[in-house]
Amino acid sequence: MSRLERWSKALISLPPAAYLILFFAVPSLMMLLASFRYTGEYGGLAPWYYIEDGGITLDLTLENWARLFESTIYLNLLVKSLTYALATTLICVLMAYPVALMIAGAHKRHRDLLLLLVILPFWSNFLVRIYAWMIIFSPQGALTMAANKLTGLLGLEPISFMFSPIAVIVCLVYVHLPFMILPLYANLEKHDTRLLDAAQDLGANRRQRFWLITWPQSLPGIYAGAVLVFIPSLGIFAIPDLLGGTNGIMIGNVIKQQFVEARDWPFGSVLSLVLTAITVLLVLLAARFGQPKGAGNA
Amino acid sequence: MHRSKALYGVAGLVYLFLYLPLVVVVVFSFNDSKLNAEWVGFTWKWYEKLFNNREMLTAAANSVIIATASALIATVLGTFAGVALHRFRQKWLSTLVLGPIAMPDILIGVSLLLMFILFNVTLGTVSIILAHVSFCIGFVALAVQSRMAGMDQSLIEAARDLGATPWQGFCKITLPLLMPGIIAGAMMAFTLSIDDFVITFFTAGVGSSTLPLEIYSMVKIAVTPEVNAVSTLLMLLTLVLITALSRFAPNALRS
Repeated sequence: MSRLERWSKALISLPPAAYLILFFAVPSLMMLLASFRYTGEYGGLAPWYYIEDGGITLDLTLENWARLFESTIYLNLLVKSLTYALATTLICVLMAYPVALMIAGAHKRHRDLLLLLVILPFWSNFLVRIYAWMIIFSPQGALTMAANKLTGLLGLEPISFMFSPIAVIVCLVYVHLPFMILPLYANLEKHDTRLLDAAQDLGANRRQRFWLITWPQSLPGIYAGAVLVFIPSLGIFAIPDLLGGTNGIMIGNVIKQQFVEARDWPFGSVLSLVLTAITVLLVLLAARFGQPKGAGNA
Repeated sequence: MHRSKALYGVAGLVYLFLYLPLVVVVVFSFNDSKLNAEWVGFTWKWYEKLFNNREMLTAAANSVIIATASALIATVLGTFAGVALHRFRQKWLSTLVLGPIAMPDILIGVSLLLMFILFNVTLGTVSIILAHVSFCIGFVALAVQSRMAGMDQSLIEAARDLGATPWQGFCKITLPLLMPGIIAGAMMAFTLSIDDFVITFFTAGVGSSTLPLEIYSMVKIAVTPEVNAVSTLLMLLTLVLITALSRFAPNALRS
């Protein structure tokens, strides 16, 4: 490499790299350090070292990490959050598949329009989409009224959708569905349709053609979509906050609570790092099994 | 391909699921009742109330200022990053640039909150912009990178053969060819910034509210149909931005 090339390489890479080191990498490292510090007297963080008698004493602790395992509260919360995220991902697969299949099979002229129709709701504001479900699930709303007419007839207890895990999962699915449809469509579109024709000639019925040909080929698309749905739904706090009530909270709510209300930053950092570890693990897994470019879908 | 009628039926239901909630919001923004429960009659009054709501208007102005500044900075840095990602394929750089896209928003939000407070950065418009730029760079970089990938390299070589310096080649050939990607990235950054709630929530201080933060506190405290009105207007704005985006860069939306 010539000197000129090396210089231009540095000049081009440096500005964005410097910015992201300062505003992405450094804060992440500070959170790692914060997880070993004591909580300050008025919340926040205590100093991580003291200067005494001319020497420096480190004042770090493993207490915050121990707290994670002290009771089952946080582990249960983690399991619950993972369950919600997994349920969301599975429902998204079920709902996305027919749509992606239809778009991939549609005439070229209609594909762009059908895709745009999937993306449009995704681009409308996140809170607006949550708010829409608050209206639909409201206790005075038509849905709850109708459901309770039915439960009344059957002699059952009246039900409430608002502040239930169902409301949280439905909204999680709603918000993340396009993230599953798009990579799945991108995958299905590339399938060689001659394989299906060949299978048909050889006597495979519709079900066999799907399970033996389309489904296995579409797995990378599903992995990519699963990462894009699973990771953001795991960390979310606004949806459980507005639709979940006390029983519907997820790990994101507790992280937010530790940083904003309790001001227990060290423990908030511990929970955030657990979430980071899960995220990194999932991204690495997906890079192995699916398309590594998946993360770029938006 | 051979597609059954049942498939179209199910897919149609999913589209219905995608649009019904939005339709409900728009319809109720014209409903003459304080409760979002049943239709009473048509009214414009929630829009009138909205345009007399000083806090809401200040927040909207704030959102536009923040989104414009974030988009401008992120576009410059993201363009550099996109070019670098395509040319040099350094793994550490792509991890750094694409990392914020893969991370859950809440983690970016709390870690920046932590850093801003430890470094005594006053939370406000500036801290929000700094945060927004860091998650927008990756999206701009992707738009620029995909444009680079589709570019005909022989044009650059031809320019070189005709005596252009690398700098001239970049300014006269590469940059104009990249423009659609850059514009698409800028618009994406603007939309992401104006819509962002989570990262803004953690990096905003007193008196630097944005529209999503206003909506959140309104919805959290008491549901009023004013929220329907502002939501409808936001949807309209998004529709305009998306239409413009699909005009400039048809492929940007599904990169």
